[in-house]
Amino acid sequence: MATKAIVGEKVGMTQVWDDQHRAVPVTVLKVAPVRVVQVKTTEREGYAALQVTWGVRRANSINKPEQGHYDHFGVEPGRRLVELRIDDTSGYEVGQELTADLMVPGERVDAIAISKGKGFAGAMKRHNFKGQGASHGNHKKHRSPGSIGACATPARVFKGTRMAGRMGGQQVTTLNLEVVQADPEKELILVKGAVPGPRGAMVVLRDTVKGTANGRKV
Amino acid sequence: MNPTDIVDRESLRDDIPEFRPGDTLKVHVRVVEGSRERIQVFQGAVIRRQGSGARETFTVRKVSFGVGVERTFPVHTPIISKIEVMTRGDVRRAKLYYLRGRVGKAAKIKEKRSVRS
Repeated sequence: MATKAIVGEKVGMTQVWDDQHRAVPVTVLKVAPVRVVQVKTTEREGYAALQVTWGVRRANSINKPEQGHYDHFGVEPGRRLVELRIDDTSGYEVGQELTADLMVPGERVDAIAISKGKGFAGAMKRHNFKGQGASHGNHKKHRSPGSIGACATPARVFKGTRMAGRMGGQQVTTLNLEVVQADPEKELILVKGAVPGPRGAMVVLRDTVKGTANGRKV
Repeated sequence: MNPTDIVDRESLRDDIPEFRPGDTLKVHVRVVEGSRERIQVFQGAVIRRQGSGARETFTVRKVSFGVGVERTFPVHTPIISKIEVMTRGDVRRAKLYYLRGRVGKAAKIKEKRSVRS
């Protein structure tokens, strides 16, 4: 599992120049200082995690049970509560602030977010099916999936057969993205490449769990 | 105003002169050969300018030994050391793709008479 993690907000994509004057496509993430609300340990909760929050929240928009949770740990209420699963929480304490400099340029990270909802999507968009021919007598079946099974045996469609349906709007993890910049003063982290989700979406960044192609973590 | 402008501001250059399609430019390009760096000049007519902000690019066309050569540069790229505007062109289009099908005198761009402020 990851050894460190932080939560931010997707701002959008742009490009920056690297030291060899090449254009690098980057996703800009706004990473405000994150406050640790609760430290969960394997001994007490059964798993290690940090419960964190960030930003500010109007006092009248918070309900009493949640307010009580913040009061219990003596932390100012933030936008929402997020749990960051990490290996070892022993170095963290309640009220501690994590900033964008948690991530170092050059480091590899994973980005976890809820992808953009695509609505009811056909098999071509949803499962990368090829569809059918444009010509050769095809009639109104250009984007159909084709056969979904055999005939009298089994006389049914197997469960899990890939068909059209709701697409997107689910948690997606993009592995092994490179951190290009991390600026705690501007509260920004730039990662190379695309990150799931729309602009304004909450994104969890953690140091990568799988590493690079040559098998080593950077 | 895009939300990513705060990042783009650092990669934008303010030493690029104003130029438009039809203008003739001398683009001084930094070329790295091994450890040595030298300047190469690419002179030609701007036939296109597209995009905005940090992603804006322009295309310069010249005819070299009878072969048309087009090079597209990002406006704000650090490999350009200098841009010199040689002449201002008088053209009626934003994209001068019609120059590709022309050679010799027909490919000439009329020069702008009055100086643009």
